[in-house]
Amino acid sequence: MALGLGCSAKPGKAKENRTGSWRTFRPEFMHEKCTKCGMCTQVCPEGCIGEDDLGFPVPDYDYCKGCGLCVEECPSQAIEMKKEEK
Amino acid sequence: MTGETCHLFEVGHRACGGCAAALVARTILDAAGKNTIVVSSTGCMEVFSTPYPETAWNVPWIHSLFENNSAVASGIVASLKKQGRKEKVIAIGGDGATFDIGMLCISGAFERGHDFLYICYDNEAYMNTGIQRSGATPYDASTTTSPAGKCSMGNRRPKKDLPMILAAHGAPYVATASVAYLPDLKKKVEKGLQTEGPCYIQVHAPCCTGWGFEGEKTMNIGKLAIETGLWVNYEMEDGKVTRAKKVVRKPVEAYLKEQRRFRHLFKPSRNEAEIAKIQAIADWNAEKFGIDIKLKK
Amino acid sequence: MMEFMEGSHAVAHAVKYCRPQVIAAYPITPQTHIVEALADMVANCHLDAEYITVESEFSALSACLGASAAGSRVYSATTSQGLALMFEVCFNCAGMRIPVVMSIVNRALGAPLSIWNDQQDSISLRDSGWLQFYAEDNQEATDLHYLAYKVAEDRNILLPAFVCFDGFILSHTYEPVDMLNQDQVDSFLPPYSPVQRLDSEDPMSFGLFASPDYYTEFRYQIDKALKDATKKISLAGKEFGEMFGRDYSEMVEAYRMDDADCALVAMGSICGTVKDAIDEMRKDGKKVGLLKLRTFRPFPEKEVRKALLGVSRVAVLDKNISLGAKGAVALEVKDALYGSMIPVFDYIIALGGRDVRKKDIRSVVDLAEKGKGDLFYGLRQEVLE
Repeated sequence: MALGLGCSAKPGKAKENRTGSWRTFRPEFMHEKCTKCGMCTQVCPEGCIGEDDLGFPVPDYDYCKGCGLCVEECPSQAIEMKKEEK
Repeated sequence: MTGETCHLFEVGHRACGGCAAALVARTILDAAGKNTIVVSSTGCMEVFSTPYPETAWNVPWIHSLFENNSAVASGIVASLKKQGRKEKVIAIGGDGATFDIGMLCISGAFERGHDFLYICYDNEAYMNTGIQRSGATPYDASTTTSPAGKCSMGNRRPKKDLPMILAAHGAPYVATASVAYLPDLKKKVEKGLQTEGPCYIQVHAPCCTGWGFEGEKTMNIGKLAIETGLWVNYEMEDGKVTRAKKVVRKPVEAYLKEQRRFRHLFKPSRNEAEIAKIQAIADWNAEKFGIDIKLKK
Repeated sequence: MMEFMEGSHAVAHAVKYCRPQVIAAYPITPQTHIVEALADMVANCHLDAEYITVESEFSALSACLGASAAGSRVYSATTSQGLALMFEVCFNCAGMRIPVVMSIVNRALGAPLSIWNDQQDSISLRDSGWLQFYAEDNQEATDLHYLAYKVAEDRNILLPAFVCFDGFILSHTYEPVDMLNQDQVDSFLPPYSPVQRLDSEDPMSFGLFASPDYYTEFRYQIDKALKDATKKISLAGKEFGEMFGRDYSEMVEAYRMDDADCALVAMGSICGTVKDAIDEMRKDGKKVGLLKLRTFRPFPEKEVRKALLGVSRVAVLDKNISLGAKGAVALEVKDALYGSMIPVFDYIIALGGRDVRKKDIRSVVDLAEKGKGDLFYGLRQEVLE
């Protein structure tokens, strides 16, 4: 494939870098405690927390680096860090 | 499952876990929308988001050099004007690019009055090159070029007051913001984009790697900076402070003791004199911006 | 139409006819007359361009880079210290494949401070990836701007270009110039049509960083485009000749070289003096010729070799010095003649505005005949004592 002229690139390629492999701890989302406030989605530095049909947060573990910011900021303690099992 | 996310700042970037700069980038684009051209300086954000060919930017984006993003932005604004195009232009730089090496270009671009928004993500040192002191490094912070040691308490100078300097250039809108208050940042970005002329937003972006705290604490550290008065979120319109976030202030050590860069103020023994100097900076900020909420007794 | 004009004004008019959309420049002697003239054209609606009054040359070229990346034809002009301040952006423009065209009104580089002419400034940027054209007179100075835009913006080249002409000697001198008109220039130079640009309808990222896996390939591509420009220059130069009668299909110009025994090699305004000196020497029976380089990057290696292979000796007039080595032109000429055994003598001459007369050219030829070369010509006696 030809290289992008002058080191340019079309969008979309970053997705190929699956940063989920960096993770040593993994956030587990407990929907029974969740109030769907959206804080976790807002504070995720990866922008990898989406929503399911019911409005509950769903992390994309392909990209979640396991930083724990969502756990720290969740006002309902509805997310817990668990050791990653690989 | 419909867990798909679609941000203009894409997943897969290589920022550290818990990185404030990554959050700033995403929030800026969420606020600005797709009709935006971004000019990045060399720095952490540029590097972690664009190793060829993996760009994380879903808007038109350009990086030229460390110090010239506002000059490049000037050219883009002129070019768009000539072509009758309506895209907004945002220049983004770290504090090194903004406070230090890019100062000439920023001053020129602001003086000329180009219609663009400059956003500095301020992590208070040169993080990309390994935590060296910049003009934005706060008093007493230990960095790799202002290390605390037997005969040094770290950085000897307070932060350069860049918002005031740019307001003095005649910038119609100047604001400070914090990664700890993202909805506020978003509003300020929207306002900066709506205001014609050169606007400036300086975003406090705590750096877990450079400041020495766990990545999950990024927001907490940002909040503590505001709650101690060491960082003030305010807005300036046409040179006048029009709004400042009020707080019930905590002593500065609540903020300082959470970070490795200030560890020398507490170990091996507590340095009351230096902590008092930093408290005086917070007190001065509080008085200047009138941020203290007086609690009824 | 023949017009009697100052070099700077002739160039400013040529630039106007190229229809630049964004101009960013910073004043520096002896470039100022060009940018003043352009600012005046913009102020009086004779030129529909955005003129950015930047705060430094560094920002001038940075602004051009941004404007070009956003899809506009851009122009700047500078010299000497200003070009030195642009160093970092120069490499950036070439690497990002931004086709800026910039006039370089050649001037010496300090220290010591000198506002007068030599070619050290542009020569020092020889490794930056820019096309480099050198004009002998104001006619070439104007024509080479049209050619430069045509080649720089070619979709297979996309590299920035310097159009160099000697400060004061050309820039501040009145000469008759055959100025093309707008329609003529339009028929030669189509509007800029970028291959890629900053555009929210088709978002792309420009200026990513390259890991060791890619960096070499990007450098290779710049080098290849610059070498491929040889052919484009020739084609565009031929087309220009067919349209307007002045042929630039050769990147070199040979003057009385057919039977030359000693060949002088030079670039820029000095070539006029050299030609006059050659005419005189020819009358005296000396078989001397001139090989003028109109393009220094890409270096016309094959043309130079072909033109010089028949001569007994070569004397290069270098208005620059790669300190600690030789003049830059001599180094290239030696490389082009590698393996030929033709002696190439280098003369560092006319630095910092020192005048060169016909008798100096004669002296250089005499020195070459005596086998004396690789020296600073005409040094004051006191530094030799």
